Amino acid sequence: MTRILRAIGARTVDGIWRMGFAARFFAAILMRSGTSFARFQLTIREIFSTGVLSLIIILVSGFFVGLVLGLQGYETLQRYGSSDALGILVALSLVRELGPVVAGLLFASRAGSALTAEIGLMKTTEQLKAMDMMAVDPIARVVAPRFWGGVISMPLLAALFSTMGVFGAWFIGVVFIGVDDGAFWSQMQASVDFRYDIVNGVIKSVVFGFAVALIAVFEGYDSAPTAEGVSRAITRTVVNSALAILALDFVLTSFMFRGNG
Amino acid sequence: MNRTVLDLWVGVFVAVGIAAVLFLALKVGNLASANIGETYRLQANFDNIGGLKPRAPVKSSGVVVGRVTEITFDSSLYVAVVKMDVDKRYSFPRDTFANILTSGLLGEQYIGLEVGGDTEMLKAGDTIAKTQSAVVLEKLISQFMFNKAAESPQAPAQ
Repeated sequence: MTRILRAIGARTVDGIWRMGFAARFFAAILMRSGTSFARFQLTIREIFSTGVLSLIIILVSGFFVGLVLGLQGYETLQRYGSSDALGILVALSLVRELGPVVAGLLFASRAGSALTAEIGLMKTTEQLKAMDMMAVDPIARVVAPRFWGGVISMPLLAALFSTMGVFGAWFIGVVFIGVDDGAFWSQMQASVDFRYDIVNGVIKSVVFGFAVALIAVFEGYDSAPTAEGVSRAITRTVVNSALAILALDFVLTSFMFRGNG
Repeated sequence: MNRTVLDLWVGVFVAVGIAAVLFLALKVGNLASANIGETYRLQANFDNIGGLKPRAPVKSSGVVVGRVTEITFDSSLYVAVVKMDVDKRYSFPRDTFANILTSGLLGEQYIGLEVGGDTEMLKAGDTIAKTQSAVVLEKLISQFMFNKAAESPQAPAQ
């Protein structure tokens, strides 16, 4: 009995400890991110590996999510004789929710895990310590550019995801099923508001970008310097990012869309 | 600092990402079409606003001329006070009629302005005097039922 209690207590204390360390780490990244903008080449390289290399998976899955939304939406809407509203359904669900959330989840598993693995391996092979020895700050040189690369890539990827989704739904709805092209676009434009829907969606994706990038670099930096430690850090990155995205999504949604849409 | 192929790819990525945001703003959203520039504020009191919501369109002859900005309840007159921003390009006579209408059977509710014949125009801050409340389906049905109930006993007597 005491052993169970002790284990729970240790877990809790450890969790709070890590949370505090993560907050301090976040502050350290922000304080030392001067280098990643002064030497922007470093950040550009990270945008390439997190953003450009994630393009394929984001574009393809966005298109397929759009296809599925188009099919399912049409199936439901045509029962009520309002299949013209397909555009609204697809655009609102993508721009408000699915775009940022699904792109965030994909981004966490595609780019976040790679970030963690890279930094974790650098730590395991003592490259970070070696940098410290040469008076090169590893947070400024390694961590901050990766963090900002992730933060910059994420909103762009989410916007691309939503765009591909709308295009996919248009493809299945208008080209294959035969929903009226004009009604599809005009109904969509009539009820998707720029500030209310699109800007809020972009804000969401920026917040998710911060969360995923921070979790990824933190787990890498905090990983145990062994092969097993790195693998566990990667697992934690994916799991924690997914949980953080879904929880943050709920919080942000309840702030942004308070039932007066 | 020399340019690399990497820069090109990142440039393409950022450009495509910004193009996607623009596409969402212009083609999916209504930034281009319903962007109302300068507006003036009008007000109207309704007995019942039904399901009217803030940001609902204000239309005249079916054209969107403004948006509802605020809906409050006046506890001294017991009416709903609807404030709306109307595009500066359009001015309406003083005796304009404001109705709450529904687009389609299940569509959203909007304010329809029916133009009167007054020579004086509404100015910013004015209140539209003539209004008609939203049609509440329950009231309509109950009226219909009462009429039917009132009719039916007479029918056999005739």
